[in-house]
Amino acid sequence: MNTLPLVTAIELYLTLGIAVFLLSLHGLMTLHDPIRRLIAVNLMGAGTFLVMVSLARRSEVPDPVLHALVVTGLVVAISATAFALRLIIAATKADRRGGKPEP
Amino acid sequence: MSPELLPDLTLILLLLIMAWGALYAPQRSDAMTLFIAFGVVVALIWARLDAPDLALAEAAIGAGLTGVLLMHAARALPDELHRRNRTATYWGALAFAVVATLMFLAHLLTDDSLLNAGLLDGETDMTPRLRSLADATMGDSGVEHPVTAVLLNFRAWDTLLELLVLLFALSGLRQLFPRESAPDDHATSRWPESLALMAAWARVLAPLLVVTGGYLLWRGSSAPGGAFQAGSLLAAAAVMLRLTGLLPPLRWSSVWLRLAVVAGALFFLTVAAITGIWGEGWLTYPAAYSGLLIISIEIFATLSIAITLSLLVIGEWEDLRS
Repeated sequence: MNTLPLVTAIELYLTLGIAVFLLSLHGLMTLHDPIRRLIAVNLMGAGTFLVMVSLARRSEVPDPVLHALVVTGLVVAISATAFALRLIIAATKADRRGGKPEP
Repeated sequence: MSPELLPDLTLILLLLIMAWGALYAPQRSDAMTLFIAFGVVVALIWARLDAPDLALAEAAIGAGLTGVLLMHAARALPDELHRRNRTATYWGALAFAVVATLMFLAHLLTDDSLLNAGLLDGETDMTPRLRSLADATMGDSGVEHPVTAVLLNFRAWDTLLELLVLLFALSGLRQLFPRESAPDDHATSRWPESLALMAAWARVLAPLLVVTGGYLLWRGSSAPGGAFQAGSLLAAAAVMLRLTGLLPPLRWSSVWLRLAVVAGALFFLTVAAITGIWGEGWLTYPAAYSGLLIISIEIFATLSIAITLSLLVIGEWEDLRS
């Protein structure tokens, strides 16, 4: 009966984290649109967070150290995203002005 | 496969669909919407994985602020910047992700090395060393909630540097707005003023968000919640009011605004310096005052996070240039 090891929810989420990371890594490498690439980077971050939080859930009471690291990571991720989006907008505007950067 | 895995499998399937759509949806606006939905599903997964702190933060940041940020940016960008993806890309991505994930899963299930031992067998003590340290010193931290204790006491360095990252992002953003003149396409970055329904909603939601933010901040010392969750909720309220035109521009020329932006990092650094010079060491709080110090740092950090995040999300020329 017990030939196949039972898959637990933690393992599923761990695998999901890896899958999301790999999928968006592929997206980051192949997509052209800067917004989509930014989304891909964000999804890679989400995959990493998923792995960390799944690992935190291994014990009965979740690991507060990993949770705290992910909370920090979320805020850093949104500041980086906001800055990257503004850079994309500035670059697009510069392109529209004829390829010359702003004075 | 046991029936209690059903909600997990549903969430996993949903998340994969959202991730796929956010990357490969034909229209960019669809991709953005699916990315926001992705944030909501991730928040549900955090709740499922017993991480309420993260669920709160993700719902406010990942699903709320990131969405506004993307929509705001999309208005300033041409519609179809990207070349249409060829079908071959999808299949390549699919094959790559499926093969690599299956290899990982196979490894996870067959190899009974470090990971598997703790995952499949509840008896093995897999508690990491940092975790045991955190548990052992929880009584001296000044707060009861372990995540808050780690964030603001044991790993206070991380949080201090995180506040500095926010400051750096904001100063980077300010460099993108030239000082001399308002941009010529200034008018196009305005939001439509005919959002009557949204304005009415904003009037109801904003006070609720402020109250909830304050509650989360206060509750953070004993239960899930804290400065980041409260700060992002307040930022969401400010963004909403600003977009509906109910809030005047947050003028960078105002000294109070600048003070609010640096207050968190400044207060944190002051505490660090005082404990470093006269106390027991850099960011080692005296045991009698640690609870009070953590709450004060959190209050200032909430203020800074709220203002900085709202400037990062909706800051325009008139907000950021004096």
